[in-house]
Amino acid sequence: MFAYIIRRIFAAVILLLVVSAVTFAIFFLLPRFAGETADQLAAQYIGKNPSPEAIAAVKQNLGLDQPLYAQYWNFLKGLVSGAEYKFGPEPATCHVPCFGYSFKNHLEVWPELSKRIPITVSLAAGAAVLWLVSGVATGVVSALKPRSIFDRISMGVALAGVSLPVFFTGALLLTLFSYEWPILDNLQYVDFTDNPLMWARNLILPWISLAFLYSALYARLTRAGMLETMSEDYIRTARAKGLVERKVVTRHGLRAALTPIVTIFGMDLGLLLGGALITEQVFSLQGVGQFAVQAISDNDLPKILGVTLLAAFFIVACNLVVDLLYALVDPRVRLS
Amino acid sequence: MTELQKTTAAAAPGSAPSSDPFLSVRDLRIHFDTDDGLVRSVDGVSFDLHKGRTLGIVGESGSGKSVTSLGIMGLHRSKRARISGEIRLDGEDLITAGPDRVRQLRGRQMAMIFQDPLTAMHPYYTVGQQIVEAYRVHHPEANKKQARTRAIEMLDRVGIPQPDRRVDDYPHQFSGGMRQRAMIAMALVNDPSLLIADEPTTALDVTVQAQILDLIRDLQDEFGSAVIIITHDLGVVAELADDILVMYGGKCVERGPAETLFDAPEHPYTWGLLGSMPRLDRELQDRLVPVKGTPPSLINVPTGCAFHPRCPYAALTDGRSTGELPVLAEAAPGHFAACHLPADERHRIFAEEIAPRL
Ligand SMILES: Nc1ncnc2c1ncn2[C@@H]1O[C@H](COP(=O)(O)OP(=O)(O)OP(=O)(O)O)[C@@H](O)[C@H]1O
Ligand code: SF4
Ligand SMILES: [Mg+2]
Repeated sequence: MFAYIIRRIFAAVILLLVVSAVTFAIFFLLPRFAGETADQLAAQYIGKNPSPEAIAAVKQNLGLDQPLYAQYWNFLKGLVSGAEYKFGPEPATCHVPCFGYSFKNHLEVWPELSKRIPITVSLAAGAAVLWLVSGVATGVVSALKPRSIFDRISMGVALAGVSLPVFFTGALLLTLFSYEWPILDNLQYVDFTDNPLMWARNLILPWISLAFLYSALYARLTRAGMLETMSEDYIRTARAKGLVERKVVTRHGLRAALTPIVTIFGMDLGLLLGGALITEQVFSLQGVGQFAVQAISDNDLPKILGVTLLAAFFIVACNLVVDLLYALVDPRVRLS
Repeated sequence: MTELQKTTAAAAPGSAPSSDPFLSVRDLRIHFDTDDGLVRSVDGVSFDLHKGRTLGIVGESGSGKSVTSLGIMGLHRSKRARISGEIRLDGEDLITAGPDRVRQLRGRQMAMIFQDPLTAMHPYYTVGQQIVEAYRVHHPEANKKQARTRAIEMLDRVGIPQPDRRVDDYPHQFSGGMRQRAMIAMALVNDPSLLIADEPTTALDVTVQAQILDLIRDLQDEFGSAVIIITHDLGVVAELADDILVMYGGKCVERGPAETLFDAPEHPYTWGLLGSMPRLDRELQDRLVPVKGTPPSLINVPTGCAFHPRCPYAALTDGRSTGELPVLAEAAPGHFAACHLPADERHRIFAEEIAPRL
């Protein structure tokens, strides 16, 4: 088990390096291939009508005149030990972890980005818990009484649910519960540590709209998995022991059906950022997704690079968690 | 059918001890309501089994052996299963008892070993955890440590080497034979009075088969429980069983003490089974002669004797084989067979045509 964990962590670190190198290359190398000079590239970092001095400063600060590997190395160094940019009247310090420096706004990327992380994490984690619990519970109950009224209704809803995009459910919920019947109006992000109740109240609609589609998906997935595992021989063995049915279902049936769900859950978590971006947009939450949208529309390269890397880190981390969870739930993985 | 015949058909094999049987099954019928029609998987089976004795239930695939045993264990949960008759375990009728009562008996008074020990054990729990679970269901007072000690003791008892270490292994880390031993340990952990082994050796290779059968016999000697061994291979029960029940198409066609059943089988289907029994003293090509034809449909069961489409002697009964259901009749003390052929005719055919080829 220990060796397995070490192996997975090692693989994750390698993956992160590769991902960051590729991301870096996309932002710095591709424009070069497309024929842009270092000057043109540097100009993009500044804003409209840059002065030649500014361009020169950016070029030097970013090391755009250096070979790519050196630039990448500097970037990595910045992540762990910070960086200094001699730019404008006084030098700008980019503190650890230096995800880049926006020359357009004269701001470090990381503090800007990091203060939005709690919002997106709140949104994503809440939605994930919601869909996992509701989806799995619905799936299990449906599987235990296949073709019952509950099964038919919930699977019908689930079928509709998988085809409802987040922006539709989000807009619908918002219209209904914030405008039509203003039970949940004036939605603003409140930090969990400030007021957990308000935090939850103001996030409940975003959670539901983000979780609905996944919940429908997981209900169907769980139902199929449970139907399969509940017909396995070891379920019959569990019953032959004289276990009460509730334990047969949870300890034996669900335990086995959960394994593939855990795997998919990890992948979905990684990809959740996409859905979160739309949800943030619909509910005007100033999260990482909004940050990305903003950065792209401003064409602020350091910000785009920073948020892309963050997303990549997040996905790799999710995969690592899944690998570890997987070993936890399936002994055949960790022992082989 | 006359009253007299009915009573005879329901009587227990005569050679059994005279005390009340531990398990008594009367006219058990288990039918399934399916989209294709009513499946008569078990259709009027009766037998008695005393503690310390072994009953072998033999028959081809689909003859209703597993359905019978699962019925005794109360494991037919589907609403489509229709069960009637009587299953008395130590005097208590399991068919009329509530499901929770049967659950309490399951694993405690009666336990079961299944055919494929790999799929019958949960892949995500250690062998020890699964035995501990089986123990603690019926011994809620036992703490984890006591239960674990008990699990190790049972693994040791069924011949698993280094049981205190192997107890923490997962089923996939065990070999097939060891897995079946572990299943047996799990079934016996609560000292059940009735053990049902449904084809316990089919998934194992030959040498391991013999070891497992030996183990079951030893354990029975030790614990004095009643044992049912289900198999489609008469060879498996030849040495092990005291009584044998031959099933065909959901019905019992012959039942009796093992010695007489092997030496003087009464039913043409049993002759066929004996002919298909692997024997070490024969050339390979002579050995496996399965009964010709295919097992009967359990939805449209053949009229009269269900075996008549495959029976070479059906023509010798003046049409009764195709039109009239033969009932179990006592051919020798404690030995019953359901066949329209007159007894002396059967004995003649067996002596002249069958015995020389066995
Ligand atoms: N739940 C069920 N619903 C409908 N039919 C069933 C059900 N369970 C068993 N049967 C049918 O009952 C018949 C007897 O099955 P059973 O499993 O008892 O055979 P068997 O004698 O154990 O054969 P095998 O040697 O292959 O294990 C089969 O034809 C099977 O299709
Ligand atoms: S009753 Fe007829 S068909 Fe059935 S076994 Fe006897 S002879 Fe064969
Ligand atoms: Mg069977």
